[in-house]
Amino acid sequence: MKCTFVPSICSYCGTGCGVLFETIDGKLISTIPMKSHPVSGGKLCIKGWNLHEHINSPMRLKKPLVKTFGRFINTSWDEAIQITADRFKDIIEKYGPDSIGVLVSAKMSNEENYLAQKLARAVFGTNNVDHCARL
Amino acid sequence: MTNSIDGIEKSNCIFIIGSNTTANHPLVSRRVMRAKEKGAKLIVADPRGIQLSRFADVAIRHKLGSDVALLNGMMHIIIKNGWHDKDYISKRTEGYEEFAAEIEKATPEITALATGVSEEDLYRMAEAYGTAGAASLLYAMGITQHVTGVDNVKSCCNLAMLCGNVGIPGGGVNPLRGQNNVQGACDMGGLPNVFTGYQPVTDEKARAKFSEAWGCTLNEKPGMTITDMIPGILEGKIKGLYVIGENPKLSDPDWNHLNHALQELEFLVVQDLFLSETAQVADVVFSAAALAEKEGTVTNTERRCMKYDQAIPPLGDTLPDWDIIARLGTAMGYPMHYKNTEEIFDELTALTPSYAGMTYKRLGYDGLQWPCPSEDHPGTVYMHKDTFSRGLGKFHAVAYQLPAEQPDTEYPFSLTTGRMFAHFHTGTMTRVSPHLDIEQEDGYVEINPRDARKMDVKEGELLTICSRRGELDVPARLTTSVEPGTLFLPIHFGENAANILTSSEAFDPLAKIPEFKVSAVSVKKYKVEAPAEAQVEAEVEAVS
Repeated sequence: MKCTFVPSICSYCGTGCGVLFETIDGKLISTIPMKSHPVSGGKLCIKGWNLHEHINSPMRLKKPLVKTFGRFINTSWDEAIQITADRFKDIIEKYGPDSIGVLVSAKMSNEENYLAQKLARAVFGTNNVDHCARL
Repeated sequence: MTNSIDGIEKSNCIFIIGSNTTANHPLVSRRVMRAKEKGAKLIVADPRGIQLSRFADVAIRHKLGSDVALLNGMMHIIIKNGWHDKDYISKRTEGYEEFAAEIEKATPEITALATGVSEEDLYRMAEAYGTAGAASLLYAMGITQHVTGVDNVKSCCNLAMLCGNVGIPGGGVNPLRGQNNVQGACDMGGLPNVFTGYQPVTDEKARAKFSEAWGCTLNEKPGMTITDMIPGILEGKIKGLYVIGENPKLSDPDWNHLNHALQELEFLVVQDLFLSETAQVADVVFSAAALAEKEGTVTNTERRCMKYDQAIPPLGDTLPDWDIIARLGTAMGYPMHYKNTEEIFDELTALTPSYAGMTYKRLGYDGLQWPCPSEDHPGTVYMHKDTFSRGLGKFHAVAYQLPAEQPDTEYPFSLTTGRMFAHFHTGTMTRVSPHLDIEQEDGYVEINPRDARKMDVKEGELLTICSRRGELDVPARLTTSVEPGTLFLPIHFGENAANILTSSEAFDPLAKIPEFKVSAVSVKKYKVEAPAEAQVEAEVEAVS
């Protein structure tokens, strides 16, 4: 049996409490507070203590989906990405780059947000980038 | 936050306005309680009675949307009693004369009338804040989600500067941010008008820098905000939308309006952990990996950039968000090849002055607070120490304005929205967590027992709430934490979505933030109305 404790940051509110994810034999088992963390100092709220539960939820999406005749079907990454790229290229060609909007996410990492706005600005060619900071 | 979370403990007085801190930022409220134990004064201003109100030295319930009036009234009393920091004002700020002239008008009588707070309470609040020395101001969406959101924030800043509380330990203007990386998303240029580190897209130098780094020409026209994009879809300006880790069908201000707009899109792609309400209407859904399944950094409300590690492999056929975005970029003909997130981090720090001194190695597990401009910079615990970003701090003369909707004969109640302790935002994460779901499984609306009695409504019975946008039925929860004439509806529950009632037209003209905190509504007890005979016949006909 292999047990690990992996440092992470709670992904609920903006406080940013330090947590440790406990794994046993590669399975995510629990969330415990990180005692030395400068923000939370070894404490968590009810949401933090149960942070692993949404990750282990059976409701999680497991494959990319494409809607065909009103119904979702499972697909491969190559196909999902190619369909999306083709449709966006079509729209840009027909209506110009500012006809695309990108909603980045306050739930993604800094790296991912950087990349998402780079995609919008450098690849799509639009500044129509926003996220739910106002909501 | 201009200051830090642990710095709250150094404060002599904590003023909380528009934040239900124990429910929404529990580990920040812990610092507030610890400061209180050390002898700090606590002032709580909230239209609802919240948990912290019980522990406060002064707790008031002002009218919904009367924040500017309240703050102006406090400042009036502070100036009249000479509790303001004259030295700080003359050395570090400008625009005081014009501002003071506006404040002169906000007499206690006028303020009491506008806010519903007694003159004695106003005096006690002003005295507690004005005479404390280092005083920390905390606020959240209760301040910002108004048509006067920007004015409210300016008033908070005015108050802090008036008493010399910006740029000192234990002081500060401290917005508590609602999402784990909303600070980071803003820092990383997830906004229509700026690149990373708030470098404007209209600035030629900034554009040239990013243009060179990215090897392409860049659009100089600022883009649309989310509140502009939705009407933009209906006007035919937006044809394709890429939504990442967001559920606008529940979080956007007007459900009916948005629903209609999403149907008009030629192409919608949604990237999420779950088949959220928004993902259900998408053309393509990208299945993303969750927090424990990837590594990266996030920046919290006190500007602390922190690293998280990967604990388990991604579930099934899911990919980390950065990998999906990079694949899409590459498929669109712009190669984005990264071995790991560290490569992306190094690319972004090179382009972002406030993050320039950060590396994964330096971050460790404690993180670093920006601005951190160079490798030997220790990070910034509190900002504006000797000077403001713009040089002198500017006082803004702000006059009080009413919210967009006032109760009238047709819609006599005021509705406000917010979160409760066990759930988070649109509930996509918390409602699938068994231990959180069990705390509160269904939606509800808080109503004062006096109002409920008049309608003969008991705990748990259904109420029908109507606004100018739509109507919904939701079980009543009787509590005196809302005043008579006021309702509180949590935003987590899709089956009684608050945004069926809220308005997409009432928003702050500058920040484009919708006025979620005040809507005029009518309330009545839910009644099943028997359909007309002809309709029954038609329905029977249809199934037979």
